Amino acid sequence: MEIRRRRNQIEISELDPFLAELLRQIPACANPEGAPAAEERIFSLPTNGGEPELCAEWKMYVEPELRRLFQTATQTVGADLEQLNGNEKSLGNRTLRIPTKHADAWLSALNQARLVIAAKNNFTELELSDHLRSPIGSRRDLSLFQVNFYGFLQEFILREMESS
Amino acid sequence: MRHQPVALWIWIFPRFEVRAAYVSIFYMSVEPLAAEVAVPLILGIVRLKSVAPSTVDAPTVEKETRAEDALDLPWHVVVHNDPVNLMSYVTMVFQRVFGYPRDKAERHMLEVHQKGRSILWSGMREPAELYVQQLHGYLLLATLEKIC
Repeated sequence: MEIRRRRNQIEISELDPFLAELLRQIPACANPEGAPAAEERIFSLPTNGGEPELCAEWKMYVEPELRRLFQTATQTVGADLEQLNGNEKSLGNRTLRIPTKHADAWLSALNQARLVIAAKNNFTELELSDHLRSPIGSRRDLSLFQVNFYGFLQEFILREMESS
Repeated sequence: MRHQPVALWIWIFPRFEVRAAYVSIFYMSVEPLAAEVAVPLILGIVRLKSVAPSTVDAPTVEKETRAEDALDLPWHVVVHNDPVNLMSYVTMVFQRVFGYPRDKAERHMLEVHQKGRSILWSGMREPAELYVQQLHGYLLLATLEKIC
């Protein structure tokens, strides 16, 4: 896989089918529905347990706004990812071009996906900081790899945003 | 008799109202006004009193109590550590939300990382709520804490 900035686009080329599939999964992974721990993390309360009135108002007025915000970001990313659904050979390498104006949406969707996966798997801080983990041997390992891969993409997008 | 023409009376009256509003804010303010603001303000009122016709009642300056202000203590906007969010991402969010320069944003990010939390901003509840909402929009773990 190669990732570079080309004018107003971030180009991810030489994407093998495995990594392309991980990218395709971003919108689905970003959805916390059905996982209370993930819901709790994505829509965290504005206080540490106190101020029940404020928390109730937050749930009623702020949470729907946030839900819309996150949904818009994942929809933008989903639309960009349609490039990976071309008629090319299914086992061939792909190229994904992300318009730089979608960078914020990608940062948000990648972050949502990382948080949801981490919450669903209840990853510890130690696991998340272990970047030299042994090859993928379980579903949990795959999820951890996914979190780190999305993190790598986030880092690259952030660096590109800073430099522009 | 010191009758003023009607036009002049109308001209004075709105000015009078505006001054009264400033006085009210002056009394409500937690911080005393700076001398360069307060002195012309007071002089302005004195001048108006001497010009105004005798038929006009003296302004009723409401001395508002500070009870509500005292109850609405400042709130902290606190960001908590989260092992998932990237350090570079958190720094960027602090720069964007609070307009902090990079070094200040990094200091806060490191405080979150090392101490588990950092107070990013303190002030009245409404802007504090807006900051927390923005931070949640960036998926950071942020809370409001009342200063006791």
